[in-house]
Amino acid sequence: MEIIVCVKRVPNLSETEIEVDRDGLSLVDSDLEYDVNEWDNFAIEAAVQLKEAQGARVTAITIGDEDSEDVLRRALAMGADDALHLMDSAFDGSDALGIATALHRAIADRSYDLVLTGAISSDEARGHVGGMLAAMLDIPMVALATDLSVDRTTATVRHEVEGGLERVTRVNLPALVTVQTGLNEPRYVSIRGIRKVSGMEIPVKTATDLGLDASTVGAGAARVKLEEMFLPPRGEGAEMLEGDEASVIEALVERLQREGGL
Amino acid sequence: MHKVLVVVERVKGEPDETAFELLAAAQGMGDVDVSAVLMGEGISGMAEELTRWFENVHVYDHPSLAEPDGDYQARVLASLVEGERPFATLIPHTNTGMELAPMLAVRANAPLIADAISIEAEGQEIRAVRTMFSGKVQARVAASADNGAIVSLRPGAFTASATLPEAGGAVHSQNITDGIAPRRQYLETVSPDPSAVDISQAEVLVAVGRGIDDEENLELVHSLAEAMGAEVACTRPVVDKKWLEKTRQVGTSGVTVKPRVYLALGISGSFQHLGGIKGDPFIAAVNIDPAAPIFAVANVGIVGDILELIPLLEEKVRERRG
Repeated sequence: MEIIVCVKRVPNLSETEIEVDRDGLSLVDSDLEYDVNEWDNFAIEAAVQLKEAQGARVTAITIGDEDSEDVLRRALAMGADDALHLMDSAFDGSDALGIATALHRAIADRSYDLVLTGAISSDEARGHVGGMLAAMLDIPMVALATDLSVDRTTATVRHEVEGGLERVTRVNLPALVTVQTGLNEPRYVSIRGIRKVSGMEIPVKTATDLGLDASTVGAGAARVKLEEMFLPPRGEGAEMLEGDEASVIEALVERLQREGGL
Repeated sequence: MHKVLVVVERVKGEPDETAFELLAAAQGMGDVDVSAVLMGEGISGMAEELTRWFENVHVYDHPSLAEPDGDYQARVLASLVEGERPFATLIPHTNTGMELAPMLAVRANAPLIADAISIEAEGQEIRAVRTMFSGKVQARVAASADNGAIVSLRPGAFTASATLPEAGGAVHSQNITDGIAPRRQYLETVSPDPSAVDISQAEVLVAVGRGIDDEENLELVHSLAEAMGAEVACTRPVVDKKWLEKTRQVGTSGVTVKPRVYLALGISGSFQHLGGIKGDPFIAAVNIDPAAPIFAVANVGIVGDILELIPLLEEKVRERRG
């Protein structure tokens, strides 16, 4: 079985102060740390677990600059067999459609049974690349998988629906499944593990290599234009309790009690 | 006048509330003619009911559409969008919507704006605001509606109109194009264990997020909740790590709660989490990150380390309660 996993390098912003650049179109990235998109990490783990359980060839693909090689090395260290790096300044500024177009060209001519993507990325947070890619490949897709099993011809997917419920759906392969967090417990990747795969060659492909007309990807082809990024209006916001620990706790308990919280 | 299509989801035999939120969003775009699209089985009554709100209701009533299947719905709707050529097609950014919207956008060759929290029409352009980077940044984006645009809208971001609707719309029965059939087989729905804890009725919730850092630290939270007489709730990452049961997860993919008081500990405040908190409770938040979105919605906030503050808080609570 051939499994393709699409991964992305994203800034890790959980405890970072964010500043929008003066152009209003990007973040000031001097202090940003990057990592693999959390959802994609579960997708890689799912692919590697399928490989270990029943045998499969796992290929990780990313689109991005030189630094994005990190997330491919990481996938290889987790157990992916191959990686493919789509790198070209022509891809810069692509919208979801542009990203899906490039991935489609990279995948369409390969043999594959299952394509996995993260359900969403923490940066752009659209959650639409997987569905677009499936439509372009003309294969069935299921979104937000929380459990996945595969036999030779079908994938059985437990996936989230509204109201805290889950459904179980079966599709014939080839199919695309977008992965929700919590599907598995992604393995730890050590520095030693990364070092072990540092010698593995990762092919790089440009838009031309993919036979893509450069006018179908990148900022020029984006059909959804980013006009301006800004920090969310603060509104009223919370009344911040300040002071030493004892006094903020005292004030908090006071408020909780007044509101009927004790 | 712009023609706008609204995709109506069904929940337990009723139109989902997103239908009326999307209708309000459509009406906010100016001079519009809003049609609903309803897919399912045995839904003629619901379609009739929807004519009170929508000028036209396009109905696909067929056994193959009984279960929500965004992959199939996209192929069914592609021909309707092609025929109607709406200025905009609005789809709720729900789990099924996340399947339907991107697949329909590719098939209809239309631009797709994802997860909009506001939307406006300006000439032949559609502008929307959406959030990025875990809600820490917002972006204004634009797309041309020359070939029709598709916009998925965040549930809860738009307020349904309170004006009583009038009758008057028309139902249009639609047929599924020959050759279009489901590619997915629905097997079953998995419901949560009925014997599990029910936080949906709790008056006071102590909710914990990623900031708890380690499973062992949960003991602090349980102990505080016990002192307050509260139930313990949590965010998705805590459930993903299997530290707490799924039935304690508050959010759009978890449980909807309506407590009087909500104490959020180490919770950043993603919209998926906040979407599960209803009834406008008093929210107190403790988080180490002063820029955490939770502080935008909380009533009171403390910037600090929950692992240090929880024991102090418990001690103070026990003192007060005697």
